[in-house]
Amino acid sequence: MKIWPIYKKEMRLYFTSPIAWVILTIFLFIAGYFFYSIFAFFTLASMQSAMNPAMARDLNVTDSVLRPLFSNVSVILLLLMPLVTMRLFAEERRSGTIELLLTYPVRDGAVLLGKYLAGLTLYAMMLAMTLFYPLLVAYFARVEWGPLATGYLGLLLMGATFLAVGIFASSLTENQIVASIITFGVLLMFWVIGWSSDYLGGTWGRVLSHLSLIEHFDSFAKGVIDTRDVLYYFDFTIVALFLTLRSLEARRWKG
Amino acid sequence: MIEVEKLTKNYGPVNAIRDVSFSVAPGDIVGFLGPNGAGKSTTMRILSCFMPASSGSARVAGYDVFRESLEVRKRIGYLPENVPLYADMRVGPYLDFVAEVKGIARTERKGRVADAMDRCLITDVQNRLIGKLSKGYRQRVGLAQAIVSDPHVLILDEPTIGLDPQQITEIRSLIKSLAGDHTVILSTHILPEVSMVCSGVIIINKGAIVAQGPIDTLVEQFFPTARVHVQIAGPYPAVLEGLRRLAGVLDVHDAGPQDGAATFVVESDRGRDVRGEIFQLAAQQKWELRELRRAGMTLEEVFIRIVAGEETVADDRPAAEPTPAAAEAMPAEEATE
Repeated sequence: MKIWPIYKKEMRLYFTSPIAWVILTIFLFIAGYFFYSIFAFFTLASMQSAMNPAMARDLNVTDSVLRPLFSNVSVILLLLMPLVTMRLFAEERRSGTIELLLTYPVRDGAVLLGKYLAGLTLYAMMLAMTLFYPLLVAYFARVEWGPLATGYLGLLLMGATFLAVGIFASSLTENQIVASIITFGVLLMFWVIGWSSDYLGGTWGRVLSHLSLIEHFDSFAKGVIDTRDVLYYFDFTIVALFLTLRSLEARRWKG
Repeated sequence: MIEVEKLTKNYGPVNAIRDVSFSVAPGDIVGFLGPNGAGKSTTMRILSCFMPASSGSARVAGYDVFRESLEVRKRIGYLPENVPLYADMRVGPYLDFVAEVKGIARTERKGRVADAMDRCLITDVQNRLIGKLSKGYRQRVGLAQAIVSDPHVLILDEPTIGLDPQQITEIRSLIKSLAGDHTVILSTHILPEVSMVCSGVIIINKGAIVAQGPIDTLVEQFFPTARVHVQIAGPYPAVLEGLRRLAGVLDVHDAGPQDGAATFVVESDRGRDVRGEIFQLAAQQKWELRELRRAGMTLEEVFIRIVAGEETVADDRPAAEPTPAAAEAMPAEEATE
């Protein structure tokens, strides 16, 4: 499997074109803004609770800063991740480079994994840079490192799923905008699908709520690693990648 | 090296190619000719394993392009029609990427890339972004990525398109130098290029092969006689009769008056030159001989005749006379390429 050269090429293309820089900058800017406002609010609440000990009991950094931050970041990801993946196959198809790529002695699977892992790396970089925020918090307050770690694990898994959906959409079209809209639509659908479980109830309610992308993230943010959640993201990713492989194959037949 | 049998490709109801069969011997350079939309690129895409055929089989370097595609892909270099390259990459790193994907070991890679750049004359642009290069340079980068792994078989879809005359000459001699060790199949619109570079030719029209073989044999098949182009200002019936009577002359056709003088195409046995006799005749009769030259029996004429007349080699005699206008138009077209 020649994943490595494909991976290197994709990383190079992310960073020689402005895409990676723009995504990183915008992401950090927005995430930073959320962190600032949440932390500022927490500071205010802390000062007030100095006069009101009852309120101070419920006040901790994990619940008041990190969890809201994670949930905000996951919404930013919903909007940004389609942009990370949209070019991966669509651009190759539009410019015709796919014709050369698929006639090199490398399996479709290796091409797919190389591209996917490059997207995942860029995403991991985005997340890694936000580690600055909890470190900053740790300077002023006591941070519970356990829930922080599981929160990041959850974000990583959820983002990995987003990327898989995005790469699938990118393999369907030669238009990057179409690819990103499809990705966003699918992700948003799976995001809100759980909401209907509130009034649906019963088996269907549980099924829909189980399908929801965000439901599975909550436990990670609380500091719980549930194998069901891990498997959910894992399966989701595998299915999306498998569909991508099929789509690449189908495209070959159509020429 | 390349064996193609009854290859057919349908795009929905459209027949891109049908029952295409040919073979290319190791070390040969074969030109793939045909008008636009004849199915050249489709055939090349199937040979390069980019897409599968609807039916039929193709073997490249001894492996089936569909079932053993990975083995085939290890042994070919492919240059697609529009030279798709990564605009955001620099030439050097791009070729390094291609060499790595093609499985060239790290230790050898630098040398191979440098060699390919050297042969394609792109060493001076190795640090430039591909997207910023001129068409000619991009074309050569495309060629460099095809030969970087020193593959057994090269599949080149219009390798000289968009180059300036000097670059065309350089690329042609590069392709020629590949003969022997490499088997090359190249498509082109420039007919003289085929005569210059290729040992054999395959002509395809409307998705089917209409002629194939060594160039000389093809030309002989289509033009079994030698032709001489004569322009004589003299009494028309006498001139025609005089030419007909000459020893060795098989037939004389009127090619229409030009500049107020009658023009004829004189056919004789192949290998027999009747120009001397014609000159003597004109001198004796005191006719004004204005032009006397061998009419080219070139691949262009064969091609035009096949494509325009939709004949196949199976016919033993060409039905239509090639129009001199068409024969003369070709060199002019070449100059504008």
